[in-house]
Amino acid sequence: MKPGTTTAACVALLRRDFKLIWRRRGDALSPLLFAIIVVALFPLALGPETALLARIAAGTILVAVLLAMLLSLDTLFRSDLDDGSLEQLVLSPHPLSLLLACKIFVHWLTTALPLLAVAPLLAQLLHMPADVLSVLLASLALSTPLLSLIGAVCVALTVGMRRSGMLLALLVLPLIVPVLIFGAGACDAAQMGLAYTAPLLWLSAWLVVALVAAPLAAAAALKISLT
Amino acid sequence: MNPLLLWFHKFGSPPYFYRVAGRWLPWLYAVALLLGAWGFYGGLVVAPADYQQGESFRIMYVHVPCAWMSLFAYGFMAINGFIALVWRIKLSETLAMASAPVGAAFTFITLVTGSLWGKPMWGTWWTWDARLTSELVLLFLYFGVIGLYNAIEDTRQAARAAAFLALIGAVNLPIVHYSVVWWNTLHQGSTVRLLGPSKIDARMLWPLLVLAIATHVYFFASVLARSRAMLIGLESGKEWVRTLATVRVPHV
Repeated sequence: MKPGTTTAACVALLRRDFKLIWRRRGDALSPLLFAIIVVALFPLALGPETALLARIAAGTILVAVLLAMLLSLDTLFRSDLDDGSLEQLVLSPHPLSLLLACKIFVHWLTTALPLLAVAPLLAQLLHMPADVLSVLLASLALSTPLLSLIGAVCVALTVGMRRSGMLLALLVLPLIVPVLIFGAGACDAAQMGLAYTAPLLWLSAWLVVALVAAPLAAAAALKISLT
Repeated sequence: MNPLLLWFHKFGSPPYFYRVAGRWLPWLYAVALLLGAWGFYGGLVVAPADYQQGESFRIMYVHVPCAWMSLFAYGFMAINGFIALVWRIKLSETLAMASAPVGAAFTFITLVTGSLWGKPMWGTWWTWDARLTSELVLLFLYFGVIGLYNAIEDTRQAARAAAFLALIGAVNLPIVHYSVVWWNTLHQGSTVRLLGPSKIDARMLWPLLVLAIATHVYFFASVLARSRAMLIGLESGKEWVRTLATVRVPHV
């Protein structure tokens, strides 16, 4: 690979981001613990009745995973802004949207994949019927990248603010509502023995659109907030 | 230059806008007030009671115009935001940000009047119907735009960031509009049609249309008044604001 090409820049960025996360791997675990604790709160609050927990299991897990990812979004550009490398990314001759897509990919891989891996455990905690698990995993696999992508655009808008946590939630959550509705809708349909492919196909369609549009939008947003 | 285009260019200049909007404002408010009074008289007194809902259907004379305005204001904000982002016109930034609180107020009124009507008619204040949920999401989108605008210190950068968010959130507009078509739930479909015959008696329809015009005029009056105030703050270092502040010229 020739140095200086866009591919080389993307690979270097990916390698750097993975290395940074590996060096602070304890921090990367916190969304995971957060999701487990949130899910564990529901049986404590609603009572340990199996039928009730099985009924709400899929929705609860989706909400917990989305909230855990929301909390981790803040770190997407935080350290890069502090050490000035975010400005270097904006100034670099390579397309900013592609570089941001790499960062979003790393974010998804390091926060959403562990959450996906722990989802069967969460499902067991809430007595979710075993045949729904595959549908839950599918809708999580489609909705978590959507959250990473949409969230990245909102983070790019709030970058540079000192206390952006609550505001970020206010910006991201309304935009993520359709994703949650269709993700939970697929699981609900599967639980009731109905056809569940339609909501999953909707999620896939949005994911395809977001994969193309969100990095471009994030780049535009970042340019607005760094001027 | 084409006179219309020339006027458009002149209108984009803050001092000119400030003067012209100031001249329009009393008229706009007067028209909104008169049309509002006429429409409410027609809706609350003249129009006959509904054969099924009795008198409580009359809340639609507040609910429906406000619901239309909640979408219209968002569209206005998004279009101005687009202009502000593409052509960097300062006035468009101001207009977009001025319409956010007005639109949020209309959305809030829509939700409140809807639940006031829903209690006697549906037997519940709130239901998670597609139309209601998407309207609630619209309210939160407005709050997000307002929150982002207030959170960034540099006003122009804040306006551009919030305008960008408004553009992204505009995907919700067709969802709100078509929610009664796509999901067949509790909220009724649209009765008043732009194309084709409306499914409402003419005696009930005309006050609704008068009120719809009144809310539009009020919206523009409110946005112009807000924009004037915001422009003074934004341009406070400029010559025209200084003369405005030092030389006392009444109402110009």
